[in-house]
Order: sequence, then structure tokens, then C-alpha cells
Amino acid sequence: MLLQSCYSYHLGLNNFMTVNKKVLQNQRAKHTKMMESSVLKQKLVKFCKSFLLWDLFKGLSVTGQYLFRKKITVQYPEEKTPLSPRFRGLLALRRYPNGEERCIACKLCEAVCPALAITIEAAPRADDGSRRTTKYEIDLFKCIYCGFCEESCPVDSIVVTREMHYHFEHRGEQIMTKEKLLAIGDLYEPQIAKDREEDESYR
Amino acid sequence: MFDSLLQIGFILLKIIIIIIPLLLMMAYLPFAERKIIAYIQCRIGPNRVGIYGLGQPFADFIKLLCKEVIVPTQSNRYLFIIAPILSLIPALAAWAVIPFSDGMVLTNINAGVLLLYALSSFGVYGVLTAGWASNSRYAFLGALRSSAQTISYEIAMGFAFVGVLLAAQSVNLQEIVIKQSGGILHWYWLPLLPLFVVYWISAVAETNRAPFDVAEGESELVAGFHVEYSASSFALFFIAEYVNMILVSTIAALLFLGGWLSPFQGIPLLEPLFAWVPGIFWLIFKTCMFLFLFIWMRATFPRFRYDQIMRLGWKVLIPLTLIWIIMIAFAVMLQLPPWFK
Repeated sequence: MLLQSCYSYHLGLNNFMTVNKKVLQNQRAKHTKMMESSVLKQKLVKFCKSFLLWDLFKGLSVTGQYLFRKKITVQYPEEKTPLSPRFRGLLALRRYPNGEERCIACKLCEAVCPALAITIEAAPRADDGSRRTTKYEIDLFKCIYCGFCEESCPVDSIVVTREMHYHFEHRGEQIMTKEKLLAIGDLYEPQIAKDREEDESYR
Repeated sequence: MFDSLLQIGFILLKIIIIIIPLLLMMAYLPFAERKIIAYIQCRIGPNRVGIYGLGQPFADFIKLLCKEVIVPTQSNRYLFIIAPILSLIPALAAWAVIPFSDGMVLTNINAGVLLLYALSSFGVYGVLTAGWASNSRYAFLGALRSSAQTISYEIAMGFAFVGVLLAAQSVNLQEIVIKQSGGILHWYWLPLLPLFVVYWISAVAETNRAPFDVAEGESELVAGFHVEYSASSFALFFIAEYVNMILVSTIAALLFLGGWLSPFQGIPLLEPLFAWVPGIFWLIFKTCMFLFLFIWMRATFPRFRYDQIMRLGWKVLIPLTLIWIIMIAFAVMLQLPPWFK
């Protein structure tokens, strides 16, 4: 019923029962005739178009325009794409400006690490008795660069840096010892500090 | 005795003069292809070897030549080795009858177009042999597809040739070009426009280039008829394909775009201005236009389905050429100016 009413509406008729059936039929026939002729026209247009290769030329013009577009290639070793301050690359241990290492051996990073890549052993330091790590090792083969260790760290000691170009040539080199991590931290400290500052309001 | 030896030496020299620039052009065609397709895709393309990457073709060829030719154990060794040679020979031999400029032709025979037609058909034997000798399903299917496609499109191509022969009243390539003289509008692309389009489509299909490259459809047949070929044997197929591309482009330029004739012929001011340009330059220019079109088409169109290719060849192109040949016959009979005076 709904469909029928829709159809009558489409024909521009009202759905009164008083409408003469003949008139309705006439209108319907006219309508179908019109539809047929428009289909024929469409077919003709399609035929002509396919013979004139219309769509093919359209496609060619599109690719022809792209030929002169600006190229977006980044030529990698010479050019680099911009990195986010939140980029998670190689891990590092930071120091305070006075040279004291930040890590207090709370072992939160070890606990949160989903890949169990961090191993920490702690003991009081000999000269001042403060709690420090005696061993802080990250296995970079296990590390998944999730950054949880940085999030969990209460003193911003373990951080991820922007560095991503590194490799190992021998077995065992992938174990980052405390000295190595501190050295990386010392190397990239300005960048690390800048990135932390930039992202401060979101942390 | 000495005279004939000298003559043979002279012919050999001419062959070398033709082949070496041809192979150089062939070497840079894949490079141009990579560059142009890269540009169309908003990339840069190869640019590391030499300035602007111009050393790339040589790096590629040295790599191919240094690699090992692997002959599959279950294959027919002799046919396997002969196949790439079979596909390269007709591609190179056809250049014997191509006139580069007025009188600049190796052999000016009267049946030039027929020879070209015959040799372009001959190329399919190399493909077929390669597919058969590899004893690999992919190669075999690729070869079957390629041969069926080449054979069907050859007919349309032949009819397009017939139209040109009717219009020029000659089978000699030089005479065909000379008959077209008198300016751009006198070239045969205008009176034979449908045949020109048909020739171009069937030329693309004949050379198994995109969008008709089902013979080496990567997505289904790995690499088609040359899956099992490696190193220099593959390089021969590669050379044959690209030389064939240059060949069909040159034929298109000769038959439909007035060969070496200057496009400024008949234009008052420009004709004397460009009179110093040698004819061979125009021929190369026109050939490069077609080569660019080859690459442009490859970068644009998706591959045809196989039944669509067959439908297009048999049900569209062949009837179209037949109708237009009749029209041309009438036009020639009535000596329709300005083309058929």
C-alpha cells in the first residue's frame, strides 16, 4: 500500500479513489514511454561515449595533471620527515643537572614492562647510603618501545629518545647496560629535555 | 669479389649504425617509463645512479648480465634458450625496411608494409616457445594468452594496414610517407582516424603492454611466459619487448603521422623557419610521442579482463576497420580532395 502511494505520488497524482482509472493508465503509459526514451538516450550517449573513448581520455587527463603535480617523495638519508616530541625510539637514562643520576631503583619500570625487558638490582650506595641501582639492563631484543617505563617513572629517569638509527654487530650488544643508557642520556639530554618541556601540559 | 665483400661490409656498417642508437634508445625507454610513471604517481623515480639517475639502465643491465642463467630441470633446454632469441630477431629484423628519412633506409623493398606485418606476427613464436619450453603452468598459460591475443589483434591491425595501403596506393613505406606530404591535415591520421585508433589499440595489444598485459598479469600469472627466465635470457625478452614498442610507434608515425615530414609543411611562416631540421628528427619526435603515450596509458588504465580483450578485438575493432576500409575505398575511387587526389 505504501509502495503504491509512493508510486502515485511519484506520478504527480493524488491517491483519491475518485480518480478515473483510464486517466491513471494513460498517465502510466506516458510515464513508461518517457522512461523508455530516456533509457534509449542514455544508451545512445553511452555508445557514443565508448566509441569516442571519452572515459579513457578523461582518465588520461587526470594522470596527465598528476604528472605536473608537486612530488611528495622524501629522499630519506638526506631529507627526513618531522618527528613528534612523543616519538618512542632508543631508551636512555637521565641525570639531574648536577650530574647525579635520577634513577632511585624503585623498580616500577621493571614491574610495568610488558615484555620483561628490564632487569634491575639495587643496593645502598657506598658513599652516601642512598638507594641506587647496581644493575640496570634493558634487552633491546625484548623491548617493544611501548614507553610504559617512561610513564611509570616517578623521577623522569628512564626515557625514550628520538634516536632510531642503531644496530648491533655482535650477540650481547643488545643488552643495554646502565653505563650505555646513561651515555645515551648524556648525549641527547638537550633534545630529551626540550621534548619533555614541549609535551609537559599533556603529561 | 672484392667489390661484393665491400658491399657486404657497407651493409654491415649500416646495420650497426641502425642497431646501436636503437639499443641505446631501448635502454633508456624503461628508464623513461619508470620516471614518467613515478611522476604521475607523485614520486621521483630512480635518481641515484649517476646524475638524475641516468646511469640506471646500465646498472640494471650489468646486474642482469652478471647473474646466473637458470634452466629449469624439467624444461626443454634447447627451446628454452632459443625462445628469447626467437622473440628478439623479428623485433630487430623489421628495422631493415623502416625509412628514417627520404632515402635513409637499409632496404627499400616494395613490400615493406607486408614484411613489417609478417615480422610483427613472427614475434609470437618466441613467446609461445618460451611458454612451452619452460614446462611451467604459469608460463604456459601466459604464452597461450599472449598468442591468442596477438593473433586476434593482428587481424584488426592488418585491416588498419589495408586502409593505409588503399589510401596510399602503395605497399612501399617511403611512397606511403611521400603520399602524405602537404601538412598536418594531409597526414593519414585525419582521413583514417578510426583506423589510426584501431591500429594504436591493436599495437598496444600486440606488444602485450598495459592495459592488454594479461600475458604477464602479475596478480595471477606471476610474470607470464617469462617466469622461468633469469639473467641475460630474461634481458633478451626485455629488449625484445621494448624494441617492439619502439617499432610499432615508428610504424604508427610512418603510416599515420607522415613519417619524417615536417609538421609545419604548408604553413607560410613556420615552414622556412624549420626547413633546416632533418627529417629523421621529426620521425624520432613522433615516435617518442607514441612511446610517451604507451607509458601514459600504462600509468592510467587498469588491466582488461581476458574476455573483454577478445570482445574488443573481434566484435568492435574488426567490424570497425572493415566499415572504414569500404569508406576509404569509396573516397579513393571518388578521388576525395585533399587526401586522395
